[in-house]
Amino acid sequence: MASVKRVILDVLKPHQPNALEFCQAIAKGGSDYRVELTVLEVDENTETVQVKVEGSAIDFEAIQSIINDMGGSLHSIDEVEVQSGADDG
Amino acid sequence: MKLFDKVSFLFRITSTHDIARRYFVVNGFDGALTMLGLIIGFLVSAPAELSVIISACLGAAIALTMSGLSSAYVSESAERQLALSKLEEAMASDLQDSAHGEAARRVPLIIALVNGLAPLIISLIILIPLWLAKAGIPMPVSPLYIAIAMALLLIFLLGVFLGNISGVSWLRSGIQTLLVAVLTMALIYLFAG
Repeated sequence: MASVKRVILDVLKPHQPNALEFCQAIAKGGSDYRVELTVLEVDENTETVQVKVEGSAIDFEAIQSIINDMGGSLHSIDEVEVQSGADDG
Repeated sequence: MKLFDKVSFLFRITSTHDIARRYFVVNGFDGALTMLGLIIGFLVSAPAELSVIISACLGAAIALTMSGLSSAYVSESAERQLALSKLEEAMASDLQDSAHGEAARRVPLIIALVNGLAPLIISLIILIPLWLAKAGIPMPVSPLYIAIAMALLLIFLLGVFLGNISGVSWLRSGIQTLLVAVLTMALIYLFAG
Protein backbone atom coordinates (compact mmCIF):
# COMPACT_ATOMS: atom_id res chain seq x y z
CA MET A 1 0.00 0.00 0.00
CA ALA A 2 1.45 3.37 -1.00
CA SER A 3 1.59 6.05 1.69
CA VAL A 4 1.37 9.75 1.02
CA LYS A 5 4.33 11.36 2.78
CA ARG A 6 4.01 14.97 1.67
CA VAL A 7 1.53 17.20 -0.14
CA ILE A 8 1.69 20.85 -1.07
CA LEU A 9 -1.75 22.38 -1.57
CA ASP A 10 -2.94 25.66 -2.99
CA VAL A 11 -5.90 26.80 -0.88
CA LEU A 12 -8.23 29.80 -0.92
CA LYS A 13 -9.49 30.58 2.57
CA PRO A 14 -11.36 33.35 4.44
CA HIS A 15 -9.20 35.51 6.77
CA GLN A 16 -10.77 33.69 9.70
CA PRO A 17 -9.89 31.14 11.05
CA ASN A 18 -6.40 32.66 10.92
CA ALA A 19 -3.33 30.85 9.60
CA LEU A 20 -2.41 29.47 13.02
CA GLU A 21 -5.84 27.98 13.72
CA PHE A 22 -6.03 26.70 10.16
CA CYS A 23 -2.71 24.85 10.53
CA GLN A 24 -3.61 23.52 13.97
CA ALA A 25 -6.89 22.10 12.65
CA ILE A 26 -5.06 20.31 9.82
CA ALA A 27 -2.32 19.06 12.17
CA LYS A 28 -4.99 17.54 14.42
CA GLY A 29 -6.10 15.42 11.46
CA GLY A 30 -3.17 13.03 12.00
CA SER A 31 -0.92 11.80 14.77
CA ASP A 32 2.38 13.00 13.28
CA TYR A 33 1.48 15.73 10.81
CA ARG A 34 3.87 18.61 10.31
CA VAL A 35 2.09 21.55 8.68
CA GLU A 36 3.56 24.66 7.11
CA LEU A 37 1.49 27.50 5.72
CA THR A 38 2.65 30.35 3.51
CA VAL A 39 0.36 33.24 2.63
CA LEU A 40 0.70 33.95 -1.07
CA GLU A 41 -1.92 36.61 -1.63
CA VAL A 42 -4.32 38.63 0.50
CA ASP A 43 -7.61 40.06 -0.77
CA GLU A 44 -10.38 41.97 1.02
CA ASN A 45 -12.19 38.87 2.32
CA THR A 46 -9.94 35.98 1.38
CA GLU A 47 -6.33 34.86 1.19
CA THR A 48 -4.54 32.36 -1.00
CA VAL A 49 -2.23 30.13 0.99
CA GLN A 50 0.15 27.30 0.26
CA VAL A 51 -0.17 24.48 2.77
CA LYS A 52 2.54 21.86 3.09
CA VAL A 53 1.65 18.74 5.06
CA GLU A 54 4.18 16.05 5.95
CA GLY A 55 3.50 12.80 7.77
CA SER A 56 4.09 9.06 7.72
CA ALA A 57 0.69 8.34 6.15
CA ILE A 58 -1.31 11.41 5.15
CA ASP A 59 -5.09 10.97 4.87
CA PHE A 60 -5.74 13.35 2.00
CA GLU A 61 -9.55 13.04 2.15
CA ALA A 62 -9.51 13.99 5.82
CA ILE A 63 -7.30 17.02 5.12
CA GLN A 64 -9.62 18.15 2.35
CA SER A 65 -12.59 17.76 4.68
CA ILE A 66 -10.85 19.85 7.40
CA ILE A 67 -10.05 22.58 4.85
CA ASN A 68 -13.72 22.66 3.79
CA ASP A 69 -14.89 22.71 7.42
CA MET A 70 -12.72 25.78 8.02
CA GLY A 71 -14.38 27.48 5.06
CA GLY A 72 -11.43 26.96 2.73
CA SER A 73 -11.43 25.71 -0.82
CA LEU A 74 -8.74 23.46 -2.28
CA HIS A 75 -7.63 24.91 -5.61
CA SER A 76 -4.85 22.54 -6.60
CA ILE A 77 -2.42 19.89 -5.45
CA ASP A 78 0.95 21.38 -6.35
CA GLU A 79 3.31 18.67 -5.10
CA VAL A 80 2.93 15.13 -3.83
CA GLU A 81 5.38 12.62 -2.40
CA VAL A 82 4.21 9.02 -2.16
CA GLN A 83 6.16 6.02 -0.92
CA SER A 84 5.26 2.43 -1.71
CA GLY A 85 5.10 -0.12 1.09
CA ALA A 86 6.78 -3.56 1.27
CA ASP A 87 3.61 -5.32 0.08
CA ASP A 88 3.38 -3.27 -3.15
CA GLY A 89 4.22 -5.20 -6.24
CA MET B 1 -14.11 20.94 21.32
CA LYS B 2 -15.37 22.15 24.68
CA LEU B 3 -18.47 24.37 24.66
CA PHE B 4 -16.61 27.51 25.77
CA ASP B 5 -13.85 26.95 23.19
CA LYS B 6 -16.45 26.32 20.51
CA VAL B 7 -18.38 29.52 21.32
CA SER B 8 -15.11 31.46 21.46
CA PHE B 9 -14.09 30.02 18.07
CA LEU B 10 -17.44 30.95 16.48
CA PHE B 11 -17.21 34.48 17.91
CA ARG B 12 -13.63 34.78 16.67
CA ILE B 13 -14.28 33.75 13.08
CA THR B 14 -17.24 36.13 12.86
CA SER B 15 -15.51 38.91 14.85
CA THR B 16 -18.55 39.21 17.12
CA HIS B 17 -16.93 39.18 20.60
CA ASP B 18 -17.49 42.88 20.95
CA ILE B 19 -21.11 42.69 19.77
CA ALA B 20 -22.03 40.16 22.48
CA ARG B 21 -20.20 42.25 25.09
CA ARG B 22 -21.94 45.41 23.93
CA TYR B 23 -25.36 43.73 24.03
CA PHE B 24 -24.64 42.45 27.55
CA VAL B 25 -23.81 45.91 28.83
CA VAL B 26 -26.55 47.77 26.95
CA ASN B 27 -29.38 45.42 27.88
CA GLY B 28 -28.02 44.78 31.37
CA PHE B 29 -28.08 48.55 31.86
CA ASP B 30 -31.66 48.59 30.50
CA GLY B 31 -32.68 45.95 33.03
CA ALA B 32 -31.09 47.75 35.98
CA LEU B 33 -32.52 51.17 35.03
CA THR B 34 -35.98 49.71 34.40
CA MET B 35 -36.03 48.05 37.82
CA LEU B 36 -34.73 51.25 39.40
CA GLY B 37 -37.47 53.26 37.69
CA LEU B 38 -40.22 50.85 38.69
CA ILE B 39 -39.11 50.63 42.31
CA ILE B 40 -38.81 54.41 42.65
CA GLY B 41 -42.20 54.73 40.97
CA PHE B 42 -43.65 52.50 43.68
CA LEU B 43 -41.81 54.46 46.39
CA VAL B 44 -43.28 57.81 45.32
CA SER B 45 -46.79 56.49 44.73
CA ALA B 46 -49.38 55.16 47.20
CA PRO B 47 -48.01 52.25 49.25
CA ALA B 48 -48.45 48.93 47.46
CA GLU B 49 -48.24 45.32 48.55
CA LEU B 50 -44.78 43.79 48.18
CA SER B 51 -46.26 41.02 46.04
CA VAL B 52 -47.69 43.63 43.63
CA ILE B 53 -44.30 45.34 43.33
CA ILE B 54 -42.54 42.00 42.73
CA SER B 55 -45.10 40.97 40.09
CA ALA B 56 -44.82 44.31 38.28
CA CYS B 57 -41.00 44.18 38.32
CA LEU B 58 -40.95 40.54 37.26
CA GLY B 59 -43.36 41.32 34.42
CA ALA B 60 -41.08 44.10 33.20
CA ALA B 61 -38.01 41.84 33.52
CA ILE B 62 -39.65 39.07 31.48
CA ALA B 63 -40.78 41.57 28.84
CA LEU B 64 -37.20 42.94 28.62
CA THR B 65 -35.88 39.40 28.29
CA MET B 66 -38.27 38.52 25.47
CA SER B 67 -37.60 41.82 23.75
CA GLY B 68 -33.84 41.26 24.07
CA LEU B 69 -34.02 37.68 22.82
CA SER B 70 -36.20 38.39 19.80
CA SER B 71 -34.71 41.70 18.68
CA ALA B 72 -31.11 40.47 18.90
CA TYR B 73 -31.92 37.20 17.16
CA VAL B 74 -33.73 38.85 14.26
CA SER B 75 -31.12 41.56 13.71
CA GLU B 76 -28.07 39.32 14.22
CA SER B 77 -29.49 36.58 11.97
CA ALA B 78 -29.83 39.10 9.18
CA GLU B 79 -26.32 40.46 9.81
CA ARG B 80 -24.69 37.01 9.92
CA GLN B 81 -26.51 35.84 6.79
CA LEU B 82 -25.40 38.96 4.95
CA ALA B 83 -21.79 38.45 6.07
CA LEU B 84 -21.95 34.78 5.05
CA SER B 85 -23.35 35.66 1.62
CA LYS B 86 -20.53 38.17 1.06
CA LEU B 87 -17.95 35.58 2.07
CA GLU B 88 -19.55 32.93 -0.16
CA GLU B 89 -19.40 35.40 -3.03
CA ALA B 90 -15.70 36.08 -2.36
CA MET B 91 -14.93 32.38 -2.02
CA ALA B 92 -17.17 31.43 -4.95
CA SER B 93 -18.39 28.44 -2.94
CA ASP B 94 -21.18 27.30 -0.64
CA LEU B 95 -20.09 27.70 3.00
CA GLN B 96 -23.27 26.44 4.69
CA ASP B 97 -21.55 23.24 5.88
CA SER B 98 -18.38 25.02 7.02
CA ALA B 99 -17.55 26.64 10.35
CA HIS B 100 -18.74 29.93 8.84
CA GLY B 101 -22.16 28.45 8.03
CA GLU B 102 -22.40 27.04 11.55
CA ALA B 103 -21.39 30.43 12.98
CA ALA B 104 -24.06 32.19 10.89
CA ARG B 105 -26.67 29.87 12.44
CA ARG B 106 -25.42 29.70 16.04
CA VAL B 107 -23.90 33.11 16.77
CA PRO B 108 -27.30 34.91 16.50
CA LEU B 109 -28.72 32.42 19.03
CA ILE B 110 -25.84 32.96 21.46
CA ILE B 111 -26.00 36.74 21.11
CA ALA B 112 -29.79 36.62 21.58
CA LEU B 113 -29.29 34.65 24.81
CA VAL B 114 -26.73 37.17 26.06
CA ASN B 115 -29.01 40.06 25.14
CA GLY B 116 -32.06 38.45 26.73
CA LEU B 117 -30.50 36.99 29.85
CA ALA B 118 -28.47 40.08 30.82
CA PRO B 119 -31.51 42.18 31.86
CA LEU B 120 -33.23 39.14 33.40
CA ILE B 121 -30.29 38.19 35.61
CA ILE B 122 -29.65 41.79 36.66
CA SER B 123 -33.35 42.34 37.39
CA LEU B 124 -33.56 39.14 39.44
CA ILE B 125 -30.54 40.20 41.51
CA ILE B 126 -32.16 43.59 42.18
CA LEU B 127 -35.39 41.89 43.25
CA ILE B 128 -33.67 39.61 45.81
CA PRO B 129 -34.29 42.00 48.78
CA LEU B 130 -38.01 42.14 47.90
CA TRP B 131 -38.25 38.33 47.81
CA LEU B 132 -36.36 38.03 51.09
CA ALA B 133 -38.69 40.57 52.75
CA LYS B 134 -41.72 38.75 51.37
CA ALA B 135 -40.35 35.51 52.81
CA GLY B 136 -40.37 37.18 56.23
CA ILE B 137 -36.65 37.86 56.59
CA PRO B 138 -36.26 41.08 58.63
CA MET B 139 -34.55 44.03 56.94
CA PRO B 140 -32.93 47.02 58.67
CA VAL B 141 -34.65 49.39 56.20
CA SER B 142 -37.42 49.07 53.62
CA PRO B 143 -36.53 46.36 51.04
CA LEU B 144 -37.29 48.91 48.32
CA TYR B 145 -34.34 51.03 49.48
CA ILE B 146 -32.08 47.98 49.55
CA ALA B 147 -33.24 47.06 46.02
CA ILE B 148 -32.44 50.62 44.89
CA ALA B 149 -28.97 50.35 46.44
CA MET B 150 -28.52 47.00 44.69
CA ALA B 151 -29.55 48.54 41.34
CA LEU B 152 -27.13 51.45 41.83
CA LEU B 153 -24.32 49.03 42.73
CA LEU B 154 -24.96 46.92 39.60
CA ILE B 155 -25.10 50.02 37.39
CA PHE B 156 -21.79 51.15 38.91
CA LEU B 157 -20.29 47.69 38.26
CA LEU B 158 -21.45 47.78 34.62
CA GLY B 159 -19.60 51.09 34.33
CA VAL B 160 -16.51 49.51 35.91
CA PHE B 161 -16.74 46.66 33.38
CA LEU B 162 -16.94 49.20 30.52
CA GLY B 163 -13.95 51.07 31.97
CA ASN B 164 -11.92 47.87 32.05
CA ILE B 165 -12.76 47.12 28.41
CA SER B 166 -11.97 50.61 27.13
CA GLY B 167 -8.86 50.97 29.28
CA VAL B 168 -10.04 54.20 30.95
CA SER B 169 -10.25 54.65 34.70
CA TRP B 170 -12.72 52.12 36.15
CA LEU B 171 -13.73 54.61 38.83
CA ARG B 172 -14.48 57.35 36.32
CA SER B 173 -16.46 54.98 34.12
CA GLY B 174 -18.38 53.60 37.11
CA ILE B 175 -19.23 57.09 38.34
CA GLN B 176 -20.37 58.09 34.83
CA THR B 177 -22.93 55.26 34.66
CA LEU B 178 -23.92 55.96 38.26
CA LEU B 179 -24.62 59.60 37.33
CA VAL B 180 -27.00 58.40 34.61
CA ALA B 181 -28.86 56.39 37.25
CA VAL B 182 -28.98 59.36 39.64
CA LEU B 183 -30.28 61.59 36.84
CA THR B 184 -32.96 58.97 36.08
CA MET B 185 -33.99 58.94 39.74
CA ALA B 186 -34.14 62.74 39.81
CA LEU B 187 -36.33 62.79 36.68
CA ILE B 188 -38.70 60.22 38.15
CA TYR B 189 -38.99 62.21 41.39
CA LEU B 190 -39.54 65.38 39.35
CA PHE B 191 -42.28 64.02 37.12
CA ALA B 192 -43.85 61.27 39.22
CA GLY B 193 -43.12 62.40 42.78
